[in-house]
Amino acid sequence: MMLSKGLKRKREEEEEEEKEALAVDTWWLDPGHPAVAQAPPAVASSSLFDLSVLKLHHSLRQSEPDLRHLVLVVNTLRRIQASMAPTAALPPVPSPPTAPGIADNLLASSDAALSASMASLLEDLSHIEGLSQAPQPLVDEGPPGRPTGGAPPSLGALDLLGPATGCLLDDGLEGLFEDIDTSMYDSELWAPASEGHKSSPEDGPGKEEAPELDEAELDYLMDVLVGTQALERPPGPGR
Amino acid sequence: MLLSLPALHLQTSEYHPLFQLPHRRLGPWCSPTGSPAPLSCETGCGEGSWILVCRLLVPTQVSLLSMEEDIDTRKINNSFLRDHSYATEADIISTVEFNHTGELLATGDKGGRVVIFQREQESKNQVHRRGEYNVYSTFQSHEPEFDYLKSLEIEEKINKIRWLPQQNAAYFLLSTNDKTVKLWKVSERDKRPEGYNLKDEEGRLRDPATITTLRVPVLRPMDLMVEATPRRVFANAHTYHINSISVNSDYETYMSADDLRINLWNFEITNQSFNIVDIKPANMEELTEVITAAEFHPHHCNTFVYSSSKGTIRLCDMRASALCDRHTKFFEEPEDPSNRSFFSEIISSISDVKFSHSGRYIMTRDYLTVKVWDLNMENRPIETYQVHDYLRSKLCSLYENDCIFDKFECVWNGSDSVIMTGSYNNFFRMFDRNTKRDVTLEASRENSKPRAILKPRKVCVGGKRRKDEISVDSLDFSKKILHTAWHPSENIIAVAATNNLYIFQDKVN
Repeated sequence: MMLSKGLKRKREEEEEEEKEALAVDTWWLDPGHPAVAQAPPAVASSSLFDLSVLKLHHSLRQSEPDLRHLVLVVNTLRRIQASMAPTAALPPVPSPPTAPGIADNLLASSDAALSASMASLLEDLSHIEGLSQAPQPLVDEGPPGRPTGGAPPSLGALDLLGPATGCLLDDGLEGLFEDIDTSMYDSELWAPASEGHKSSPEDGPGKEEAPELDEAELDYLMDVLVGTQALERPPGPGR
Repeated sequence: MLLSLPALHLQTSEYHPLFQLPHRRLGPWCSPTGSPAPLSCETGCGEGSWILVCRLLVPTQVSLLSMEEDIDTRKINNSFLRDHSYATEADIISTVEFNHTGELLATGDKGGRVVIFQREQESKNQVHRRGEYNVYSTFQSHEPEFDYLKSLEIEEKINKIRWLPQQNAAYFLLSTNDKTVKLWKVSERDKRPEGYNLKDEEGRLRDPATITTLRVPVLRPMDLMVEATPRRVFANAHTYHINSISVNSDYETYMSADDLRINLWNFEITNQSFNIVDIKPANMEELTEVITAAEFHPHHCNTFVYSSSKGTIRLCDMRASALCDRHTKFFEEPEDPSNRSFFSEIISSISDVKFSHSGRYIMTRDYLTVKVWDLNMENRPIETYQVHDYLRSKLCSLYENDCIFDKFECVWNGSDSVIMTGSYNNFFRMFDRNTKRDVTLEASRENSKPRAILKPRKVCVGGKRRKDEISVDSLDFSKKILHTAWHPSENIIAVAATNNLYIFQDKVN
């Protein structure tokens, strides 16, 4: 697995760990396994999905995530998501990497049904305190000494998983969230493209907020992967 | 029968060139012909056989010279070593680059250090020593930094080195880490002034009252001293991690590319740069693609290409507009439906893009293949070479251990007839574009005997494994050859394997 920033380990350790990783997971190589790609697989195993979510979390937890790695994992996750039964219970969502226990919970629930994973994740979400105090994991435009492109600073990390305003809510989703107190998420963290957010999480709700945004925020977290986002390549910026 | 000598471990110094004993001494060289010899896949003598010139190692700790094998050296020098390991992670080579004449070879490592090797000059007495490279200069290019505003540590690892063409006695190179590009001047000093009036020989000021005569200082020869000085620092222009730098053919400008942006610099100006490509979406949640590599055209100073994580290459013309967000050409191969998998996108991500020396072709490296594209044909490559197709059925494991994200580089030879790239298990591959033959070679201490020609390797995919073959499951995925370089005009290659730099030469009879 990837090494965290600044951690220097002996090369021998590194080799050993990687060798172990290769030796243990031989079940991946089973040609009968749906996750092994020879023919286009119809459905990915939930383990492949969990693995990808784990990678996503790990990537986001880096002090400065490798953007390429992150983008590739997210895109792969979307593909896997698309192939999974869309009417099944909602899949676990990569929530912002604040509570250290989230990845562990996902791991623990990897064998459980999707709905069970969902439930545990929602539990974690409700335990997260001060979501607005989360440090920004991704690099955004930080104050370059000499701005080059002239682009204004914007929300960094969580833009990737941040809420999209105006996304459609599925009735089923609403029903699922009825009994969950989301007032904790009433923070400017979720307001898109707000300037200078990073400087002070206690800035308070000076940004635009609407009560509908609470459900939309959580829904968007899932919609990132569920598929209301276009799964095919969106119109690229270079075209 | 030559003794196998271990590499000499000496304390490196900024000011004195070190003489590195090569790991192996080999037979007589032939003077290289004008054009590179064709490849040969056969063992034994023949045109196009590769032999090890030297294995170079520049460690960070002090050790004693020893004639024993490496492991005994370690025992003897235990007290000197930092953590009892033979090499630290800081020694891992992260980039390799020949200069434009091939006389110098620069390496950058994870510890932010640049080591420059110089080719041994040809001399009539020791004709067999030509082709060896010895340490010429080493310096600390980048230091680890801490961005206090973002609470981020900036790695000192050297991502890329690019040489400038030589215009005077000094050598210039660009080196970059994730955030900052630096222009270094490497120059020789072999004379020094002596006979100052106001200073004595040690440099201490003399009491003017004691001076009774005046003299003219003279330049006297001294031991050769190679100095590296940072001439320019190009900082604070990249929010994301720099993956490429490329010197323009006008020799006045260069570009630096990070995940989302490409900036154009003038060598003389460090406090400004032009942003020429910006693919950052207004909403970061829409981000699906990043820039992975970029390079200027070798002759047309207005043209450059950049590759993406989705396996596409865009060619841009800076004359068209100031911001080259709209490409002039778009190169993409349609996906093969029979090979489609969850990992299709990851393995299509381009890790390196290189113009041919002629400027007519570009070569791209993705996880499993190397492709050659004709600039005049955008819809598919003209050639595709399988580097290690046997990994296609192992993509799940490689995804799990993150090997699928490894970024391999690729290089052209001087005449654009052969291309080379690395693989796992310290293997590297060469493809002859004309004969369509390919060869797999290994860069490792255990398999390089003195005087012997490198034996081609073969990976056994299934069925019966022959004696010399290695099975896919025995491959060591921690031994990856990501960085290689090819001499601009001769058949000399440099292959970086972790902290070892191997230099091979084509033996032509």
